[in-house]
Amino acid sequence: MPDVLQKNPENTAAAPAAAAPEKARSLWGDAVATLLRSPVFLISGLLILLLLTVAFWPGLFTSMSPYDCDLAHSRQGSAPGHPFGFDVQGCDVYARTLYGAKASVEVGVFVTAGVFLLGGLLGMLAGFFGGWWDSLLSRITDIFFGIPIVLGGLVILSVIKANTVWPVIGFMIAFGWPPIARVARGSVITVKQQDFVQAAKALGAGNGRIMLRHIVPNAVAPVIVVSTIALGTYISLEATLSFLGVGLQPPTVSWGQDISTAAAQYRNAPHMLLWPAGALSLTVLSFIMLGEAVRGALDPKQR
Amino acid sequence: MPEPILQVRDLVKHFPLTQGILFQKQVGAVRAVDGVSFDLYPGETLGIVGESGCGKSTVAKLLMRLETPTSGQILYKGEDISKLSGRALKAVRRNIQMVFQDPYTSLNPRMTVGDIIGEPFDIHPEVAPKGSRRAKVQELLDVVGLNPEYINRYPHQFSGGQRQRIGIARGLALRPEIIICDEPVSALDVSVQAQVVNLMERLQGEFGLSYVFIAHDLSVVRHISDRVGVMYLGRMAELGTDTEIYDHPTHPYTQALLSAVPVPDPEAREGRERILLQGDVPSPADPPSGCRFRTRCWKAVERCATETPVLAVPKRFAGTGEGAAHLSACHFAEEKDVVHTAA
Amino acid sequence: MTDTDKTPLLEVRDLHVEFHTRDGVVKAVNGVNYSVDSGETLAVLGESGSGKSVTAQAVMGILDMPPGKIPQGEILYRGKDMLTMSAEERRKLRGAKIAMIFQDALSSLNPVLTVGYQLGEMFRVHRGMSKKDAKAKSVELMDRVRIPAAKARVDDYPHQFSGGMRQRIMIAMALALEPDLIIADEPTTALDVTVQAQVMDLLAELQRESHMGLILITHDLGVVADVADKIAVMYAGRIVEQAPVHDIYKRPAHPYTRGLLDSIPRLDQKGQELYAIKGLPPNLLHIPAGCAFNPRCPMATDLCRTDVPVLADAGAGRRSACHHWKEQLDA
Repeated sequence: MPDVLQKNPENTAAAPAAAAPEKARSLWGDAVATLLRSPVFLISGLLILLLLTVAFWPGLFTSMSPYDCDLAHSRQGSAPGHPFGFDVQGCDVYARTLYGAKASVEVGVFVTAGVFLLGGLLGMLAGFFGGWWDSLLSRITDIFFGIPIVLGGLVILSVIKANTVWPVIGFMIAFGWPPIARVARGSVITVKQQDFVQAAKALGAGNGRIMLRHIVPNAVAPVIVVSTIALGTYISLEATLSFLGVGLQPPTVSWGQDISTAAAQYRNAPHMLLWPAGALSLTVLSFIMLGEAVRGALDPKQR
Repeated sequence: MPEPILQVRDLVKHFPLTQGILFQKQVGAVRAVDGVSFDLYPGETLGIVGESGCGKSTVAKLLMRLETPTSGQILYKGEDISKLSGRALKAVRRNIQMVFQDPYTSLNPRMTVGDIIGEPFDIHPEVAPKGSRRAKVQELLDVVGLNPEYINRYPHQFSGGQRQRIGIARGLALRPEIIICDEPVSALDVSVQAQVVNLMERLQGEFGLSYVFIAHDLSVVRHISDRVGVMYLGRMAELGTDTEIYDHPTHPYTQALLSAVPVPDPEAREGRERILLQGDVPSPADPPSGCRFRTRCWKAVERCATETPVLAVPKRFAGTGEGAAHLSACHFAEEKDVVHTAA
Repeated sequence: MTDTDKTPLLEVRDLHVEFHTRDGVVKAVNGVNYSVDSGETLAVLGESGSGKSVTAQAVMGILDMPPGKIPQGEILYRGKDMLTMSAEERRKLRGAKIAMIFQDALSSLNPVLTVGYQLGEMFRVHRGMSKKDAKAKSVELMDRVRIPAAKARVDDYPHQFSGGMRQRIMIAMALALEPDLIIADEPTTALDVTVQAQVMDLLAELQRESHMGLILITHDLGVVADVADKIAVMYAGRIVEQAPVHDIYKRPAHPYTRGLLDSIPRLDQKGQELYAIKGLPPNLLHIPAGCAFNPRCPMATDLCRTDVPVLADAGAGRRSACHHWKEQLDA
């Protein structure tokens, strides 16, 4: 075997198809370029940016505190300096709507991150190793699919009550991972059968390399899409649980609790319901739109 | 004759058919490969042909140890690699590599060409010191006829033929002695196919490679192979040099297969006999008893159903030195030239 | 002979098809002319990206528009331009007068309906037959395409048939309404050689029987040699050579055809190194100026790099789009 490779005499295929200048374009790069051209992404992205700013720096938008309440103003409509009016306790609805964003965003982001990691990991292991481990995981996800999540929340969260967001986040991760795991498993199985994975095996690559270098980068896209779309539903689930009284507890400000108290007063003070419910809907919609835009960019077949 | 570099003995692969949700029980097996034996000599090309479902691709996977054989031996330089695992298997992989059929799915779309061709060096760091890898990758690109400046591009920026060259470069990186080629040109256009076939032949000479060349295109296999094996339903029907198989076939299946190949020359095909086979290939989950081909064979008699023909030189040709004196698994092996026009 | 007899069954005139994509305009078909008569087989030969299938889809009226667009050209069925017809008129031709057979029979059949039902549907929908009559017709058709035990298998589902049998069912479906013209797009590419031969034979025989026109689209020079009357070779969306089948194999009049013929290995002899056409097929976003084949052509001159050669008469019923066809013929 010659030790120095000979220079190829007729570099036949080296002649480019057309002399079109072409740069290295990764699939991720293409996806980002597609996203930046998508109006749905730009609109939802802007809304989410605004939401994040409100969630982390509500003080930028109001000098009032959500706890600064005066019963004398109870259920009053909009007044100078208080554009959204007051709630039952006489607190400023504008301030409460702004401060309520924090809980929603926290729950949404942490639950999504949690289910993405937990569901993604379990789904990937099941898809990759198969066998009894896969059967076990599939049956567990079936069990979770059988439990209505709101009912589960009512039972479990009424037992563990705490005044932080963490029990709610923990519960939602525990019940939210199965669908993500299912998507991850399917995606990993598809990628696992492709020839480039076989090629890596044939080169002697170990399981770790095969998973991290070959399977995860190619299988992660659908999991990202499903998680992003789910983020909106987690926010509305938190609101639902808070509305039912088992989610976030005072003094945490949340849209769900405010919607709950406002619902009883809907006839004589509709503004109390309008603002938190509107903010919630817009937030959920933004995340679902974002998810759709990401899907469009990561899955070119849909285009 | 030199010592064979690879000896395959009675190779068997059965894929179990199972039923059940949590606790699965076996209800049968697909006999994808059912007792295949052959040798591969240094520097030669052994072609394996057959129609879909004959088990030729499974043989490739078994030789690569991407699947573990149910039974049988694969001897690489006398050492049985069919049961190796871990470090010992990894060491063998340096010497046996593979080129895949589909240039679109065999390259990781998220990796650059440099990373794809350089991956063998990451896995076997002893082959190339870290600093020299980029240069090695560029050398490999040049060897397979690609511009070394393309190192940072992604697979989707290349055409099918170029991608196949990338796959070949990856297979070549560890300087293996054997390359298993599973339909390496069947996904390519005719004009590009010729380029890749020529490239593979050039590389074989340059690096002293042995090829196992698996394909369904009989013309390409004849062109590139020194010896050819014909598979049918998990077994080898006939095995010999390219001239023996193509000009002096003795197994009825080989004859039918060869006669069916369309020849791009209207004059050459006039006067050629066409053997049209009846029916379809039986299911490998429930293959016929005795000779596997008997259900479609015009020569089949009762003996074919009861007695399995062994792959051997037919007695009446043995020692004659004629073209028909090669391995054939038929009770009624008889020479018949179906490729050439009767003059 | 009256005037109407001279009108070809199908004539494609100066057809152009382009696709508008993010990266630019892909010029898939750039002025294709061909015609087929009843009882005649035209083979359209080309590699991937040559525009052979896109032309057929345009004829069939199944091109996705957008992104596809037909900026120019005529497709005349018995002298009537199908591109200017109403959608309704066009739909009536499809299936009844012009039928198509695809490469992948499995995905062209509905997996949850029996083949008898799917065959019978043609008669129920187009001919208003009763269920019973339609089924009888289905069995008859399956017999015609030589599916063994047709009567017993009419109620089977597509997955219960082998690849070759499924392709026969597709052929039966195409034949159902007795069309004048069948377009077969790589009908045997997905099949094994032994089955390929059976299906090609069947197709040729049925065509002779019913005197249909047949357009056979393929990349396989071998398949074409067996059945075609004339061949059109396509490259980069144009026909580069058109000739009766025997002539093209003996003495091609275009260097691309020559190159293709030389680059396939022979079954009946062990060859030397294969001739390989150098370079790559053109990028349809940037088709080279002049003759599209010039960067890969061994005979290319300055003329080829500037002037597009037209498909012109090269004697004895053959046409070539090469500036140097005379030299190629004599080579």
